[in-house]
Amino acid sequence: MATDSQLATWEVFMQSKPGANYIHAGSVHAADKQMALQNARDTYTRRGEGTSIWVVPTDAITASNPDDNDMFFDPANDKVYRHPTFYVMPEGAKAI
Amino acid sequence: MGDDALIQSYRLSEWCSNAPILEEDLALTNFALDMTGRAQAMLSYAGQVEGKGRTDDDLAYKRKERDFYNHLIMELPNGDFAYTIARLFFTSTFEFFFFNQLQNSADTTLAAIAAKTIKEVRYHNAHAIDWVLRLGDGTEESHNKIQKAVNELWMFTGELFETEEVDALLRDQNIAVDMPVIADKWKEHVAQVLSEATLTIPESGYMQSGSNKGIHTEHLGHILTEMQYLQRAYPEATW
Repeated sequence: MATDSQLATWEVFMQSKPGANYIHAGSVHAADKQMALQNARDTYTRRGEGTSIWVVPTDAITASNPDDNDMFFDPANDKVYRHPTFYVMPEGAKAI
Repeated sequence: MGDDALIQSYRLSEWCSNAPILEEDLALTNFALDMTGRAQAMLSYAGQVEGKGRTDDDLAYKRKERDFYNHLIMELPNGDFAYTIARLFFTSTFEFFFFNQLQNSADTTLAAIAAKTIKEVRYHNAHAIDWVLRLGDGTEESHNKIQKAVNELWMFTGELFETEEVDALLRDQNIAVDMPVIADKWKEHVAQVLSEATLTIPESGYMQSGSNKGIHTEHLGHILTEMQYLQRAYPEATW
C-alpha cells in the first residue's frame, strides 16, 4: 500500500447533544489542531450531527492488542455477579 | 449579491473531487452549498421585488450574460489552490463586513438573509485566513504561489466597493450598506492578515471594473453555457 501522503491523522469524537457522551465519528487528515477541528467540522457535521467536537492525534491513542483479547476480556465472561442485575433501578435514573 | 453567491458557488464546486485532500474537498464544496443557499434566498427575493413573477430558477437559468451583476473576481477560473484560497480570502472578508452591516438593513428580508449568511461567511473567512497564513508562512513554494495569487487578484478587488447612484439611494433609506466604510475595514483586515502571513501587500494600481454594468470577463459566458445548458436544451425540465 502506498504511504499516506496527506498529513497526519486525527481521531474525531462528537457529542450529539449537550451532556451526551462523545462518540468516535471517524478520522481526518490535518496539519495542526485548528485544521483538524475544521476538517472534522466539514467532514462530520454537515447534516447537523453534532454540537461539540474533540479531535485527538491518532498517535496519542493507545489501543489494546487483539492478541491479548483472551487475557483482557475473557475472564469477565463468567462473572455474572458483576452486573448490577439484582437491583431494582430507581425510577428517574434512566440514563444509567 | 445573489449573483456573487451563485457564480462563486459554481467555481468552488468545480473543486469537487479535485482538492488537495479529501477534507478540503468537502470544505470547499460545503462552502459552495452555503453559497447556493444564499443565491437562492437572494434571487427569490429579487424576483419578488421585481414583481414580474420570476422565480430564483428563472433568474439563475434564463438570464443572459449581460444581465448578471456578479463581481468579476467571482467568475475568474480557479487557478491553483493558492489562487482559489486568495480569492476566497478577499471575497469572504468583503462578505463578512458587508453582511455584518446588512443585518441592520431597514429591509427586514435582507436583514434576515444577512443574519443567516454572516454565520456561514465567518467560517469561510476563518478557513481562508488559516490557509493564507499556512501557505504564506509555509515553504518557499507555497509562499510564492500565494503571493502570486494575491498579486494577480488584487486588481479585481477595487470593484467590490464600487457604488452606483442607485446604491447611494438605497443607502440613504438605510436599506443598502455604506461601501466606503466597508472598504476601509476590508483594507485594514486584509493588510493585517497578509503581513502576518509574511506576504507583501500589492500597490494600489489599476482596478478592473464593469460588472455593475453587466460587462464581464470572457469567463462568465463559459460558466453560463454549462450552468444553463439543461434549462436551455429542455425548457421547463423538472425532476
